[in-house]
Amino acid sequence: MDNLAALLDGFATVAQPQYLLYALFGVFVGTAVGVLPGIGPAMTIALLLPLTYSLDATAAIIVFAGIYYGGMYGGSTTSILLNTPGESASIVTALEGHKMARLGRGAAALATAAIGSFVAGTIATVALTFVAPVVARWAVQLGEPDYFALMVVAFVTVGALLGSSVSRGLAALALGLFLGLVGTDTLTGQQRFTFGVPSFADGVDVVVVAVGLFAVGEALHVGSRLRHGPVHLVPVERGWRSWMRREDWRRSWKPWLRGTAIGFPVGTIPAGGADVATFLSYATEKKLAGPHRAEFGKGAIEGVAGPESANNAAASGVLVPLLTLGLPTTATAAIIIVAFQSYGIQPGPLLFESQSSLVWALVASLYVGNLMLVVLNLPLVGMWVKVLQIPRHYLYAGILLFGALGSFALNFAPVDVLVLLGVGLLGFVMRRYGYPVAPLVVGMILGPMAEDRLRRSLAISQGDLTTLVASPFAATAYGVMALLLVAGLWLKRRERAAGAVTSGHSSDDTSGHSSDDASGHASDDVSGPASGSEQDAGHDPGSGTRPSHAATSEETNR
Amino acid sequence: MTGPRRTIVLAFVPSALGREAARVARDQAALTGARVVVVNTTRADRLVDLRWADEQQVAEVVALLRRGGVAHEVRHAADDRLAAEVVLDVAAEVGAALIVIGVRRRSPVGKLVLGSTAQRILLDARCPVLAVPATPPDDALPR
Repeated sequence: MDNLAALLDGFATVAQPQYLLYALFGVFVGTAVGVLPGIGPAMTIALLLPLTYSLDATAAIIVFAGIYYGGMYGGSTTSILLNTPGESASIVTALEGHKMARLGRGAAALATAAIGSFVAGTIATVALTFVAPVVARWAVQLGEPDYFALMVVAFVTVGALLGSSVSRGLAALALGLFLGLVGTDTLTGQQRFTFGVPSFADGVDVVVVAVGLFAVGEALHVGSRLRHGPVHLVPVERGWRSWMRREDWRRSWKPWLRGTAIGFPVGTIPAGGADVATFLSYATEKKLAGPHRAEFGKGAIEGVAGPESANNAAASGVLVPLLTLGLPTTATAAIIIVAFQSYGIQPGPLLFESQSSLVWALVASLYVGNLMLVVLNLPLVGMWVKVLQIPRHYLYAGILLFGALGSFALNFAPVDVLVLLGVGLLGFVMRRYGYPVAPLVVGMILGPMAEDRLRRSLAISQGDLTTLVASPFAATAYGVMALLLVAGLWLKRRERAAGAVTSGHSSDDTSGHSSDDASGHASDDVSGPASGSEQDAGHDPGSGTRPSHAATSEETNR
Repeated sequence: MTGPRRTIVLAFVPSALGREAARVARDQAALTGARVVVVNTTRADRLVDLRWADEQQVAEVVALLRRGGVAHEVRHAADDRLAAEVVLDVAAEVGAALIVIGVRRRSPVGKLVLGSTAQRILLDARCPVLAVPATPPDDALPR
C-alpha cells in the first residue's frame, strides 16, 4: 500500500510543530468566519492569499484546508444558537437545531453537530484517501474533449441548478466567463477586452474579483442596512457540560453514518457541494425517523446530526474532483484552485505524482484539523458567541482594509484597487437583486481552462466539431448533464408548486428574493438554498419553515 | 404623598447583575412610592448584543415590579446613541430623582480597552446614582 506509506509521510510532515500551528491557525480562523454570517471560507481564503505568499506551499495549503473545514463547524454554531445560518451548508441545521436550543437542548445540538462533523469528516477523509488516487489514475486516460465535457457539466450544474433562478445563475456564469476572457489570448497572443489598459494584459486577477465580490460586496450590502431592525439573541447556553445524554447518542449515531454516506458521493459529483447533501440528508432522516417523526420541526436531534455530518462529508468529497481533475464545484474549491495556481501547482490527474508530498500533507492535515475542531468547538462555544458581538463597523472596516491591501500587494498596482471597488459594486448589485455569486467565480476560474481544452481538441481534430462527442466518456457526460438538468428543473417546478400551496408564498417574486437574500448572507459556496434537491421536504412542514427562516436571516441585517 | 411623584430610572441589562439592580430599584421605589422607568437599549450595530433584552426578559422585569406594587414604564428600543447617553437623556426627560445601575468589577486591561457605561452614568448624571454590585459569589474573584 504505497498510498498508506505516502499518507504516513504526510502525517510526519503535518506533525512538525510549525505545521501544527498553521493548522491550528487555519481551523481557528475558519471557525470564526464560519460563525459569522455573510463571511465564509471562500472570502477568507481569497483575503489571506496575498498575505500567504511568503509561506511555503505546504504551510499555505494546510492553513486553507483548516479554514475550509473550520467554516463547516462554525456555521452550525450560528445556526443552532441564532437561527441564522453562518453559511449556506448550515441552513438545514437551523431547522431542528434552533428548535432544540429553544427547548434548552442547545448543548446537545451543538455536541451532536460537532461530534457528527468529526465522525463524518474522518470517515470521508479516509474515503478521500482511497478514492482520490484511483480517480487520478483513471483521469489520466481522459482526453481533451472529455475534460471539456466535464467542465461544461460543471458550468451547467453550478450555473443552472444551484441558484434560485436558472436565468440568474446563467447570467452570473456568463459574467464570470467574460471576466475570464480578459487578457492576452494564450494561443495567438491577441489582446482581448483590455481596452488598451496595460494592466489588463495579464487578465483580471481572480483574487481581486473574489475579494471584491465576497468582501467588498458583502461589506456594502451590510453597510446599506447597518442599523436596521431587531437584534437577535443567543437563547440559552447554560448547562454546557450536560452535552449529550445516552439517548441522544443512541439517536445520533445512525444519522451520522447515513449523513456521511449521502454527503461524500454528493460532494464528489459536480452538483453543488455541501448544501445539496444537507437537504438530502434531512429529507432522509425525516423519512426514516419512525417513532420520532413527529418531533421533526420541533427539535429532532436526527435533523441536526444527519445534515451536519453530510455537510462535512461533502466538504471532503468536493476535494476529490478538485485534486484529481482540477475541477472546482463550489466557490471555496475554486479559490483553493487559485491558491494552488499561485504556487505554480495545477491540480489535476498528475498532482498525486508530481506533488505527492504536498497532497498527502494536505490529506493528513484534514485528519488533524478535524480532531482540533472537535476539541476546539465544544468547549469554546462561549468564545464564538463573543465573535458574534463584534460591532459590524469594526469587522467590515477590517475586512475592507485587508482586501484593499491584499489587492494592492498582488502587483503593487493601484489599478487593482480600482478594479476591486468596481467588482465590489458589482457584487453588491448582484446580491441586492438575487444573483448568485458562486457561478461567477467558478466561471471565471474554469472558463479559461475550458477554452484551452476546447481549442486544443479542435486543433487536434482540425476543426471537426464531432470530436467533442466522439469519445464514449464525453457523450455519457453530456447525456447525464441533460438528465440532471431536466430532473433538476422538474423538481424545482414541483417544489415551487408545492411551496405555493403549503406556505402561501404564491408571489414568486418575494419568496425568491428572500431566499436569495438569506443565502447571500450565508455567502459561502452556493447561492440559493439548493431548492432542486429538496424533493422530499417539498410538501410537508419542512418547506414551510424554510421561507420563514430565510426571513429571519434577512431581518438580522435589515 | 404630596407633590409630583418621584421617578427612578433603572438601567437594565438582562443578566444576574441586571436583575439584582431591578430588585434594588423595586425596593427603593416601594419605600418612597416612586415610579420606575426601565431603560434598555442597543445600537443595533452587531449581530448579537447580550445587553439587549428580549421581550420575555422585559416581561420578567415588569412582573417583578408589578409584584412589588410599583408603577412603571418601559423604554425598550434600538438607538443610535450610546447606552449611557440614552439612560442620562431619559433621566433628564423624566426629571429622575435617582438612577439605579449595576456595576461589575473590571480587569485593568478591560478598563483600558472598553468604555464603561456605568462610569459614564456615574460621572455625568445630574441626580444621585445608586450603584448595585454583583452578589458576591458571582463576582468575587481572588485577587
